[in-house]
Formats: sequence, C-alpha cells, structure tokens
Amino acid sequence: MTEIVVSNRSGFRGYSVLTGIVGAVVGYGIGIWIGHQMADRFTWFADTGQNDIGILLAYLLSTTGFLGGLGFLDYPLRRIVGQRPALAVKSKRGAAKYLGMSTDHKVIGLQYLIGIAFFFFIGGLNAMLIRTELLRPNPPVFSPGQYLTIVGMHSTMMIMMVSSIILGPFGHYFVPLMIGARRMAFPRLEALSFWILIFGGFILLTAMSYGGFPTGWTGYPPLAIQANAGMDAYVFAFFLTGSAMILNAVNMMATIISMRAPGLTWGRLPIFVWGMMTTSVLMLLGPPVLLIALFMEVLDRTASTSFFLPAGGGSPFLYENLFWFFGHPEVYILALPGFGLVLEILPVFARKPLWGYRIAVSGSVGVTLLSFMVWQHHLFVSGINATLRPFYMFTTELISVPTGFIFLAAMGTLWRAKIRFTVPMLFALAFFFNFLIGGISGVFLSDVPSDVSLHGSYFVMAHFHYTIMGGLVFAFLAGLYYWFPKMTGVELNETLGKIHFWTMFISFNSTFLPLFALGMLDMPRRVSTYAPHLQFLNDWVSISAYCLFASMLVFLANFVWSLAVTRKPAAQNPWDSRSLEWQLPTPVPVHNFDNIPTIQSGPYEYGNPNAVPIVAFHTAEPMTAGD
Amino acid sequence: MTRGARIASVLAGTAVTAVLVAYYIATWVVNYPPAVDAASAPSNDVTLQTVAAYGHSPHSSWVSYYVKQGSEWRHSTVINLPAHSLVHITIINFDGQSGLRNPLWARPIGVVGGITVDGKPTSALDPDAASHSFAVPDLGISVPVLGVGDNAPNQCATAAPCPIGTAHTTTTFTIRTGAPGHYRWQCFVPCAAGFINGFGGPMQTVGFMDGYLNVA
Amino acid sequence: MSHDAGSSPAHGRRIITTWLALSVIGVLAVIFGLGPHMPPGNVSDQAAEQTQTNTVLAVVMTPIFIGVITFFVYAIATFRAKEGDTGDGPYVKGDRQLSQMWVGGSIVIVLALAIYGTFELLAADKGIAGVGGGQGSSPIVTAPANALQVQVIGQQWAFTYRYPQYGDIETVRLVIPVDRPVIFHVTSLDVMHSFWAYQIGVKADAVPGADNVAGVTVDHTGTFDIRCAELCGVWHGNMASKGSVLSQAGFAAWIARQSTPVPLPGRRPVYYPDPNGRAG
Repeated sequence: MTEIVVSNRSGFRGYSVLTGIVGAVVGYGIGIWIGHQMADRFTWFADTGQNDIGILLAYLLSTTGFLGGLGFLDYPLRRIVGQRPALAVKSKRGAAKYLGMSTDHKVIGLQYLIGIAFFFFIGGLNAMLIRTELLRPNPPVFSPGQYLTIVGMHSTMMIMMVSSIILGPFGHYFVPLMIGARRMAFPRLEALSFWILIFGGFILLTAMSYGGFPTGWTGYPPLAIQANAGMDAYVFAFFLTGSAMILNAVNMMATIISMRAPGLTWGRLPIFVWGMMTTSVLMLLGPPVLLIALFMEVLDRTASTSFFLPAGGGSPFLYENLFWFFGHPEVYILALPGFGLVLEILPVFARKPLWGYRIAVSGSVGVTLLSFMVWQHHLFVSGINATLRPFYMFTTELISVPTGFIFLAAMGTLWRAKIRFTVPMLFALAFFFNFLIGGISGVFLSDVPSDVSLHGSYFVMAHFHYTIMGGLVFAFLAGLYYWFPKMTGVELNETLGKIHFWTMFISFNSTFLPLFALGMLDMPRRVSTYAPHLQFLNDWVSISAYCLFASMLVFLANFVWSLAVTRKPAAQNPWDSRSLEWQLPTPVPVHNFDNIPTIQSGPYEYGNPNAVPIVAFHTAEPMTAGD
Repeated sequence: MTRGARIASVLAGTAVTAVLVAYYIATWVVNYPPAVDAASAPSNDVTLQTVAAYGHSPHSSWVSYYVKQGSEWRHSTVINLPAHSLVHITIINFDGQSGLRNPLWARPIGVVGGITVDGKPTSALDPDAASHSFAVPDLGISVPVLGVGDNAPNQCATAAPCPIGTAHTTTTFTIRTGAPGHYRWQCFVPCAAGFINGFGGPMQTVGFMDGYLNVA
Repeated sequence: MSHDAGSSPAHGRRIITTWLALSVIGVLAVIFGLGPHMPPGNVSDQAAEQTQTNTVLAVVMTPIFIGVITFFVYAIATFRAKEGDTGDGPYVKGDRQLSQMWVGGSIVIVLALAIYGTFELLAADKGIAGVGGGQGSSPIVTAPANALQVQVIGQQWAFTYRYPQYGDIETVRLVIPVDRPVIFHVTSLDVMHSFWAYQIGVKADAVPGADNVAGVTVDHTGTFDIRCAELCGVWHGNMASKGSVLSQAGFAAWIARQSTPVPLPGRRPVYYPDPNGRAG
C-alpha cells in the first residue's frame, strides 16, 4: 500500500531549506539578468529606473529555484525522464525534518505553526510602527511613503498569513487524525502549499528594498500600476498566497470527502472538520478570481496593457469587482475556521454535546453560499450601478442569519453546562464577545445610509479587526492552547496562559473600541496625519496597542519556555475530550493509525450514559507493505 | 541538552531576535532627508532648483528639487521657515516642458504680490509649457514653473545639481508662512517620466518632488 | 430556553428579566444620551438621514447585544463546574422549536432592517435621493432644475471644483449655497480618490473615466471638512481641506468674484488621463 510509504517521508535525501535558499538566489540572479537583457532599453523602464519585468522574472525563477532546491522537482523530473520515483527516502530525525520538504501532515502542521507565527510577528511589529506614527498628528515619524508601505506590509502580511492561520497548522495536523486517515489526500501538494506561502512572505518583505508599495492590501489600480517596483513584490507574494489557498482547498476537500474512516458519516463529522470543509469551498472558488485580477495588474504594469486604465478603455471598476469577488469570501475564509474551532472546543469544556449540531453546520454552509453574493457592499459609494445597492444591502444583512446560528449553537451548549475555565475555553468564550461586536458593527456598514458616512473610515478598520483579530486570532489561540499538548507532547504553563488571556482580552478591546469612535469622528483609514482634536483617542489606542503586543510577548515567552526549557510531558488526553485525535498516543505515531479504525459514535456524546467509545481500534490483520 | 544549555540557547535566541527586530525597525526610520535651514535672515530668501535627472544612484533618472543652504545645494525638500513671515522664493528650473494635466495650476495662487518669470511679471503660464510647480495646499499656495524649451542651447547634461550657466528659467515670488506647523508641499505637474500619469516614483517621494515646510 | 424551562424555570426568568431591564436602560441611553450627539450630525438633510439611520440601527442592535451578553455572562457565572467535579452536563443535543424561533426572529429583524435601509436610500428628499452617497452616472432620482451642479475633480493630491452653470470656472475651494440642492459630479484625473465631505454627509469615490453623482441639500451656513477616503498615494492623509456653506446672496457674490485668467479646456463629464501624461 503506497500510503504507508508516502506518509513516512519526513525528509528527502540531499534536499533541505539550505539547498532551497541556494536555488532561490541562483534563480533570482538569472531572472534579473534575463530582465535586463529583455527590457533595459524600453524607454518606460529606462525613465523609471526600475525594470519590473526583471523583478517579476526574478521572483518567478527564485520561487522555482527554491522549490527545486527543496526537492519538489525530484518527483516530476524523474517521471519525465522515465525513472521510477524514489519513494523510499531517508527519514530525518529531530529538528532536521522540519527544515525541509516533508510529506508528513503532522510535520507540515508544525511547520505552518512556526512559519505563520514568524510572519504574524512581523505583521504585528508593523502594527506597532503604525501606532507609533499615529501618536501625534504631525510631524511625521516616518516618511509618508514609508508609512504607506508599513500599512501595506502590515495588512498584506496579516491577510496572507491569517488566511491559513487555522487551516494551516490545525487543519493539516488534525483533520487526518479526526477523520481517521493516515495522511492527507495529496501530501506533496500539502508540502507545496506551505513552502510557497512562506516564500510569499519573504517576497513581500523584499518590497522594502524596491521602494515599498502604497496601496494597502487591496492593490487598487491605477495607483498600483503607477507605483514603485515594490508593487511587484505585493503582486507576486499575493499570487503565491492565492495559489497556496487553492492547493490547500483541493487537498482538504479531497481528504475530507474521500478519506473518512468507516462509520464517520457526515452527521458525525466534527464541527471543526466542517469548518475546514466550508473554508475549502471558499478557498477553491475565490482565489482564482484574485489570481486573474493580479495577473491583469501585472500585465498593466509590465506589458502596457490597459485592463484597468480608463484612457485605454479599461476600468478600475473591473479590478474592484474582481478583487472583492475574491475579497469578500476571503473575509469568511477568515471567519469560518474560527467558527468551527470554537464550536469544537466549547463542548469539551462545557461537558455537553454540541447543541444544535445540524444548525451549526447549516450556519457554516449558509455563510459559504451567501458570501459570494455580497461583494458589492465594499463599493456602495464607488459609483457602480446604484439600483443594485438594495440587493447587496439585503444579502449582506441576510448573512447575519447563518452567523447567528453559530451563536445559537454556542449558547445552547453553555446552557446548564458544567463549564471548566481552562485557557482554551477562555479564548473560545472571548471569541464570541469580540465577534458579537464585530458582527453588530457590520450591520452599520451593511446599511447604505450609515455606510455613506462610515465607509473608508476607522470604523471599518475597527470592524474587521474585531472579526479577524478578535475572532479568528482568538480562536487560533484557543486552538493552540487546546491542541498544544497533542502537537508537541509538552504542556504550556497555565498561569502564564491566563495572564496572557486577560491582558490580551483587555488590551485588545481597549485598542479597537475607540477606533469605532475615531471612524465616526471622520478619521479616514491609512492616513499618517489626522485632525489634532483626535490625538487623545489615538494616543489611547497606541498605548493599548503596545500593551496588546506585550501580551503577545507573554504568550511567546510561555511558548518558547515550555517547549525548550521546562518540557513538562503532557498527558495523552489532558482535557478529557471524546474527540478522535485525543484517543491517539502522544506523540502521535508516524502512521497515525496502525489500522484504519471504525468510528462508532459522534465526537460530542458528553453526558450520554449509554455512549460507546468514539472509535474501535483494530489490531488484527496487519497491512501489507510495499507499493 | 541539559536544562542549563537549553536556557542559554533560549536566551541567545532572544538576543538574536531582539537585534533583528531593532534592525528591522531601523530600516524604516532611515531614508528621511534632513531638514535644511534655507531661509537666510533677515530677508528670508529661499532658492530652489529643479533638475530633470537626479543623476545619482539609485534613482539617477528621477526628477528632483534641490534647495540651497548658504552657497551649497542640498538634496532635500524639507525646509525650515520662520512663522508669520514673508519668504521670498526663487526657483531655478533646468527641466523641460511637461505640461499640466489640470490647467488650473498654470496660474499662481496664494502668493503675495505676483510672480515673475525670468524677471517679467506673469499672471499665468501656458499650461503646456509648465515644467513643475511649487504647491502648499494647506497654505493655499500654488506657483507654476516654466520649463526650458526643447531647442534651448546649452541644456544641463550633468548630474545634479546643475551649473547655473546651463539653460534655465527663473521664477520668483513671495509667500506668507502661516502659523507654526508642518505643511506638506508638492508639484502638480505630471513630471515623473515613465510612471503612469506621470505621478509615480519621484512625485511620491519626499526628497524629490514632495517635501515639508517646517514652519516654526 | 423552553426545553429546560420546566426543570429550572428560575434561570430563564432571571435572564429575561435582566435582559428586559438592561435593554430598556440601554435603548433609552442610546436615544437620549448618544442620539443627540450621533455623527455626522444634521447640517444637511442627507447627514440628518445618516444620523437617523445610525440611531435606529443602534436602537435595534442594543437589545440584541445586551441579550447575547446577558446570556453569556449568566451562563458563565452560573453553570460552572464545581471544584473536583469531573462529571458531564445534561445530554441535550438541541431543540427544534427554539431553533425555528431563532431563525424566524433573525430573518424578521433582517428583513425589517433591509426594508428600512432601502426606503431611506431610495426616498427622495427635496428632489434628491441616495443619502449623500455616490450613485454613479445615472442617479436614482432626477435632480431638481434649480440644483447647483458642481464637478468635483480629484487629482493627486487635491480636489478642485468646477461650476458649469457659472461659466465653467474652476476653484481650489468648495463653496456652496445653503437651502439649495447641490449635485456633485465626482471624477478623477489620475488614480481613485473618494470625496468625503463629512459634516454635510457626502461620500463618493472619484474614479477616472467615471462620473459619480451625489446630491445634498445643506440647511446651515458654516464650514465643513473635506477629506479623501480612498488611498491615493503618498499625500492621501493630507488631502484635507475646508468647504464653506454661504447664504444664497453670499454665494452669488462669491461666484461673481471668481475669475479664470487661464483658458481652461471645455468641461467634460469625465476625463481620460493620458497614461504617458508627461514630457521629458
């Protein structure tokens, strides 16, 4: 059986991240050289002093070189020349297996965790720089162009990374464990999705050395076409992110649909897996539109096409529509994993079955379907056909109905429960508080008369930080505290965890609540200068933001210290959870299951006196080895 | 590894991270041109020049302003000025004619008295002959700058700053600085060659075609 | 929760009582405390409509917010596991009737909000609809004949204003008369901007090649803030200026003083900036 061998491949001989870096550097040099040969004499490039073709080719070839150096080209090249692919490879031990291509979904999950945390930290640093600039209305701390680059770097980095912040680490690690599979459906695609996302993060950082980019994360033309070469980094990095999302989506859907263990019916599927499934549907249908829009933008920048320039018959509205057709589902790509995760955690610590399992699932599915019909609410004052606005107002408000199902399920689960206030539970409960504020402020933005005054202001900023930071990131932290013992085999310090929670919860709200007021008092987004009478509120927000960052440092200290110094071994099932992944030993064996188990009940049978164990492990009939 | 070794490696990692973070932040703070005390007391004369190509790495092809401090030309656009004063500005332009997208900016706005171009009082330029402009929107000031004709002899061909002997136009005017504050100023002529609408690159970089008046 | 009401009626009754009491206080606080100060104010008819919508939405959302929070706080405070209690809670997996009520209730609220918002958006007020938002080139309602037409031209980085009914003059300062409908035609010469006149409640994106119409009738003289609400480049945050609302006589006197020494090209509904808009 092939999959046993494949899931054992935690490292490839001769390839590592070092050879990847060498490949990237070589590819970069070749790309720049070809670009110079091709386009140096174009007056366009001679006048601007920037060769966008060369830069984009350099990014393309360095990505190829990086992936080749990691070993991704090994399999297809051997196939092309007619050799038998080397399936049996050296199994690396210790930390080495994390520094290279691995097709073990558990290794990839941890790689995602560390990689995303790294870029999340950089994104957070940029946020601190933004708040430093806004400590005073004038004079500026940073040059205004640099400030816009910091804003764009923060927003793009965060959007790129938080898109996978739950699906990446937890989806890859736990979906196979929760559905009783030995691996993901496409292990090489799984590894590819991680490495191109990470490389995308580094490419985005290189925007700094090409003059930055002024457009924020939306990349609206014509400004994006006018911008410095740093814009190419944005486009290429976002392109890689979108590709990673599509790969993830295909892989996740194939895994969930076709690799569930016997007995795991759709009605028994853990709600977290439903969250991953619905997220994957969005990730499959949304990002291709983004990739097309970015590709057209690249052509406008390099090949003098005119998709988005009115003088040549193009239209900026085209980009706005394409971008938000992706961009609004993207917002739910950031919400649905959080819904699934907190609803997964709630029953464990409420010691009750998930209340209204079907309504929670239909909530996620309903959000998925509706999210493709609301995108023009980002364009209410843009000048696009005015008569469509009531429709988009209605669909946008309608999406609060399935979102409400999630709240109903949570409230039902807590009713007469026996709540255990562990750190993951605290984060899960805070999710609902934050998301409630985010959702209610969204009602104001969905209503056109209110949106006319609030659009493009700090109110919008506060709204989506409440849903993404207060929602998704709180859910991510809930999941991290919950699954950390299973993923690493050690325990986190609970006291530090509680300190982290309370400081973060308070400073988060103290940071973002005043932003609603700032937006209503006419502070536009992405400005480095503002009206002097808003300074007190801005200073308040900045200081709270520093506290928020400090609370994340508490978490980081706890994470590193527990993992590297105290190393207190975790119990196999410290939370007394009924879910399948907790029935496995810690650390989880390389093959997960010696034999595919049979699922005997749903994962939330708390309080059921007649409950059977969720899973029956089979020990008989060993699997046949070999290809 | 022993516990002590692990603690040591964590501390070492923290130190390395702190250095990297400091470096990352430092990369953002640099690149801000120094402020120039351009106004010579007591008459508050400021002399600027505009060049077609900066001529130095990394942006040798970008158009740029220069400002005179004493007898030296500085590559900066951040200028210290006294508050509530009349400031006499002379702009020596070595660049060609780009043309305004919005002809409104071809007339001087908000100056004290009028402007003179090559010594002659002028109420408005031909919009197509404009090369640059000096605009401080928050003070209500906008002054167009005439470009050097394409067939003028002895065009400036050296790296900036240009020698005064090469072909140029001279614009003089007087502005009144308002209350203390930091006022941005910019050029309204789409003069950034190669960028869409002529407004990228130098038009969006402080130190080239944008700057601050630090009025104190 | 009706399912559990029989076994412990006290919980449900306590939550509902607390919720009702807090909601009454909250709604009154929103109407009488926040309401008079609700942005953006009532300088114009359109701003007043936005203010009214903000207040109505806040009134509707307050009980919902308080209800959910009350439930969570009560549940967290009441349904804790005792120290050392490793047992599970009751085996309750849902309640069809309650779910249906929740679905029905939320759909009713959503429909009500959507109908109210649509009504506010489409209703014409002194011949102007659209609550001050940009409506594209074909607005919902034809503007009244006496309306002042103003073309707002966004460019990097300033707004300028042309008055087609007054010899197409162009100014760098926006001046409009009181008590007369004003129709803004917002467009751009280069990248996207957004014309945001905060106190008078106007916001319309300035898109090159597009004529975005927004209407307003201002009721009070004075000044108002103008900002750019769409990222447009390095001075986006500095694209702020002041506009003035004058009496009709004052406006007539102001417009008579304006002159255009520069021959401006003919005004067009939209402009198509030359991508290579520069010379050497």
